[in-house]
Amino acid sequence: MMFRGLLHSLKEAFIQIFRNRVMSFVSILSISAMLIILGVFFFITVNVNSLTEAIKSEFENIEIYLEDYTTEKDAEAIAISLSSLEEVSQIQYISKETAMEEFKERWGENAYLLDTLSENPLPNSLRVTLSDISGGSLVAEVAGTMIGVEDVRYFQSEVNKVLRISEGVQKLTLIMIIFLIVVSVVVVSSTVKLTVMSREAEISIMKYVGATNWFVRGPMLVEGVLMGAISAAIALGASTYAYLKLTELFGADIQMLFSNGLVEPGFMIVNLAYIFVALGVSIGAVGSIISMRRFLKV
Amino acid sequence: MIKFEHVTKKYDEVGGIEDVSIDIADGDFVFLVGPSGAGKSTFIKLISKELEPDSGHIYVNGQDITHLSNRRIPVLRRQIGMVFQDFRLLPNKTVYENVAFAMEVVRCTSRTIRRTVPQVLQVMGIADKADQLPDTLSQGEQQRVAIARAIVNNPKLLIADEPTGNLDPDTAWEIMKLLAQINRRGTTIVMVTHAKEIVDRMGRRVVAIDSGHIVRDNKEGEYGYDV
Repeated sequence: MMFRGLLHSLKEAFIQIFRNRVMSFVSILSISAMLIILGVFFFITVNVNSLTEAIKSEFENIEIYLEDYTTEKDAEAIAISLSSLEEVSQIQYISKETAMEEFKERWGENAYLLDTLSENPLPNSLRVTLSDISGGSLVAEVAGTMIGVEDVRYFQSEVNKVLRISEGVQKLTLIMIIFLIVVSVVVVSSTVKLTVMSREAEISIMKYVGATNWFVRGPMLVEGVLMGAISAAIALGASTYAYLKLTELFGADIQMLFSNGLVEPGFMIVNLAYIFVALGVSIGAVGSIISMRRFLKV
Repeated sequence: MIKFEHVTKKYDEVGGIEDVSIDIADGDFVFLVGPSGAGKSTFIKLISKELEPDSGHIYVNGQDITHLSNRRIPVLRRQIGMVFQDFRLLPNKTVYENVAFAMEVVRCTSRTIRRTVPQVLQVMGIADKADQLPDTLSQGEQQRVAIARAIVNNPKLLIADEPTGNLDPDTAWEIMKLLAQINRRGTTIVMVTHAKEIVDRMGRRVVAIDSGHIVRDNKEGEYGYDV
């Protein structure tokens, strides 16, 4: 029973999409376009987020660069006296060798460039992890006055700025996504409405001979869902291609520039696939339900 | 088969029916007559659940249908065949498909459909028209298709809303003979009509409605109005 109903719906939906092929085509194109735009926003948000995270994790600690003459023992003394501050949760000694390794790791494929350096220009340092970020400036100030300290790197206000930008991007994305979804629902609903209107006589006769609402609704729901699914497939194909191209062309540059690469294509595409299919299908379903609600009252 | 108990259905303007009570037995053949706007359509629409009564009770086939949820309405309608003055056939489907459609809607298997539809077309005398589109048929033939569609699911009740309204007298009489034949098989028929000769010639129960009231109910009645 269930299966036969689904089969009937599928058959009718295909016939209907073919009959309204111009409108169906336009709808599919516009949903694809909107999904692709959405994909672009997703791409931007995810990358901005990952960049923000990277920046945060890199700069949320206070780096205390030590003078060359500061021995490891002196460093330990500095660390102990800083530990008495309650804002400090942990202090880690980073030798210049360790620093270089971290640096190379960050440069990835381009790390060989660093091999040309004759001597390690990086200083020994102390990395201070804060228990309370708001007290960061105080710790940085205290550390700056200590003997044996060359420089203190702490960029709280800069990190905050980046965080704010990232939040802004997220909000903008959310607004755009909602707007695009609304537009797409309207597009689908007007296409399915064409179907409903072209079949008004048929629907009223169906109702007279005792068709259930679902018997009438099924094919149109499937029609909407099918259009959504096709759009999702198109959008996914286009986005995958574009993203692969993009990482291929600019991935390395971005890695160099921000010391953090683009989000991995595999992750991106799998997530886009979920989003596109879920959105496409629900847009199709909601669009058709909206358009046929008032026609079922016979 | 049909029972109205003090049923009232009024519209904002005029028309509708008021305090109508009637009992139509299984296998009855009833003509519903009366001037336009007297409430005949309201009566029919209350039976097929297109309208909800303001008050009173309605029973169809022993079931109280006064208030029916949307989900139950299709179940009710499958027990009722409907025939209209304007046939209401689907122009882009063949005769066969138009009749088969009614069976698809109630989810019959395609085997049952293939077996049943030709039989019904045979009974209606249009077996040779199965592959034609409705537009290529005469009016009488189109109404036969519509009746075939109405009875293909073996309803206990057939409601005909001026089924002969668009037909010439000879054709109309042919249709009436078919309806009589369907009635003989046990199907209850309620037919709205303005055709005096038909009513008089058939000599069946006549219910006259005027201004929303049943003004006459004769067992073997005549039309009783001057047309």
